[in-house]
Amino acid sequence: MVTYVFLVAAAVAIVFALLAIVHRNPIVNVLSLLVVFFALAAIYAVLGMDFLAAMQLIVYAGAVLVLFLFVIMLLNIKSVERIGSGRPLQAVFGALTAIAIATATVLAIRQLTPSWGALLPGSAKGTVYPLGHALLTSHTFAFELISVLLVASLVGAYVLARKEDR
Amino acid sequence: MIPIPYTWVLILATVLFGIGAIGVLLRRNAIAIFLSLEIMLNSANLAFAAFALKLAYEGHGAAAAAGQLFVFFIIAVAAAEAAVGLALFIAMFRLKETIDVDRFNILRW
Amino acid sequence: MWAEILVIVIKVVVVSSVLLTLVPIMVWVERRGAAMIQDRLGPNRVGPFGLLQPIVDAVKLITKEDLTPSGVKGVDRLLYLLAPSIALVVAISVFIAVPFGFDPGLKLFGHAIDGFIVAPNLNLGILYIFAIASLGVYSVVLAGWASNNKYSLMGGIRASAQMVSYELAMTISVVGVLMVSGSFGLQDVVLHQSGTWFGFIPRWNVFPQIIGAITFIVAAFAETNRLPFDLVEAEAELVVGYHTEYSSMRFAAFFMSEYVNMVTASSLIVILFFGGWTLPGFATPAGWLGALVSIGIFAVKVAFFLWFFVWVRWTLPRFRFDQLMALGWKTMIPLAVLNFLLVGAGMALRNL
Repeated sequence: MVTYVFLVAAAVAIVFALLAIVHRNPIVNVLSLLVVFFALAAIYAVLGMDFLAAMQLIVYAGAVLVLFLFVIMLLNIKSVERIGSGRPLQAVFGALTAIAIATATVLAIRQLTPSWGALLPGSAKGTVYPLGHALLTSHTFAFELISVLLVASLVGAYVLARKEDR
Repeated sequence: MIPIPYTWVLILATVLFGIGAIGVLLRRNAIAIFLSLEIMLNSANLAFAAFALKLAYEGHGAAAAAGQLFVFFIIAVAAAEAAVGLALFIAMFRLKETIDVDRFNILRW
Repeated sequence: MWAEILVIVIKVVVVSSVLLTLVPIMVWVERRGAAMIQDRLGPNRVGPFGLLQPIVDAVKLITKEDLTPSGVKGVDRLLYLLAPSIALVVAISVFIAVPFGFDPGLKLFGHAIDGFIVAPNLNLGILYIFAIASLGVYSVVLAGWASNNKYSLMGGIRASAQMVSYELAMTISVVGVLMVSGSFGLQDVVLHQSGTWFGFIPRWNVFPQIIGAITFIVAAFAETNRLPFDLVEAEAELVVGYHTEYSSMRFAAFFMSEYVNMVTASSLIVILFFGGWTLPGFATPAGWLGALVSIGIFAVKVAFFLWFFVWVRWTLPRFRFDQLMALGWKTMIPLAVLNFLLVGAGMALRNL
């Protein structure tokens, strides 16, 4: 059951990721990406990482993609160029490079011995408690850094998008 | 136990990374590039999740929690990056009325 | 096995049919309430007190022609048709993590009911609700984009900015409640609020966390796009915003999703801050009677907040968009953070 959910979600993720990068309507790109994020959330859920599944939906689907839609609608971008148009040579080399990277990594992964997965220890009632505990004990510094980064990006976004009033 | 080998998850992450990389290299619209970048970030998340799975199976609980926390951190960084990036696109659009990255060659001279 | 599935199916059917039945009732309440507040009569022709008016409205909506605006074709047409369904699906599926009654260990067909909640074993509880509810914005944005109409587009743009902004305040204002009850499950949140302080103050979260309660209620108004935050449909500025072009049952789907969202928001306000189905000084009787009484108490509290939504809508004028954003970012979020800092400080002081 779990395996089938994983395989279906993986297939959906790959198909819609392709759609997200080739379609010419920017809204379709964003919505395909939404489907990809949903599939990834489903994968996190079957892997027993329920907190990550929720975060994936709340942050990516609920905020980041809405921001994308906001900008697309604000700038009124009706369509984008065909993928790889304008620079044929670079396009071929770029695609070859990306495929080469992916192939090499897949070959490298095949060298690993596969093992089954397991739930995070102490997560019988969800992963929120063990993750929150780790976040505020052993990873406090990273947590604080993230908050600094978020404030910096908030200010940065404001400064960049502000209309100069003179 | 979760009956999914972590290598499957890793392979899915790699394929998604490749798709995202093709998008970043081949598209010229800044928003399309940014979307492809999000796919790549997500594939990195998936790889972290895969290794967290493996570490939890091998009994390294703290390391597995760290793996999942890294996903959390990357999600937070991606949100920050999206805010700044989209603000940049709006500023770019004000300047040139387009967000085609090939038109932003004004540092060339 | 089969009893388990049967219990789940019954829960799903009952919850979704009750939610959808509440819509016509709320439409009637809204129209009569508006009439009362504005000192006029309101619909009173069909049935006693106009109670059958919603049925007539529904028949009218079903028999109307389903129009698609010209120029909406290809992918846009698909999105145009998809948007109302997204709205309704999201609105109903949020409710499965909401507990609506006290379960003293009842059994149905030899299988435990497992609490009056559709998904009792969902560890995420309120996180699930936020995750799914945040998808509701897509229906508005897609409808606005696919309608090929600049007023609809404006509505969609406003919706995306407004919902993302107020979601922050909403989430942060809940943190205090989750901290004191130590759980994401809403059943635990309710159980934590039973009993009284000093014998007469109910242990409801609204008393120690009044700031959180106010920010949550205001954010709930913004998330459901109700006045004074209905900038998304603002009929004086944008015709009716994102659903200008919709007619027939597609329009009705948006309409129904708005009321279902109101029911969910009221239920969450009651559960998080007003003690859910508990009543101070009242011991719930055992067995099915107790369950029904607790559901009744919950329904009365929810009904009060549903009326509160109507009451506010016909009392307050609409905000301007810059005022809306300023309120969201400069007032609501700092207040929500203040609430959760105060709760944290209180908990730390008690543990000293």
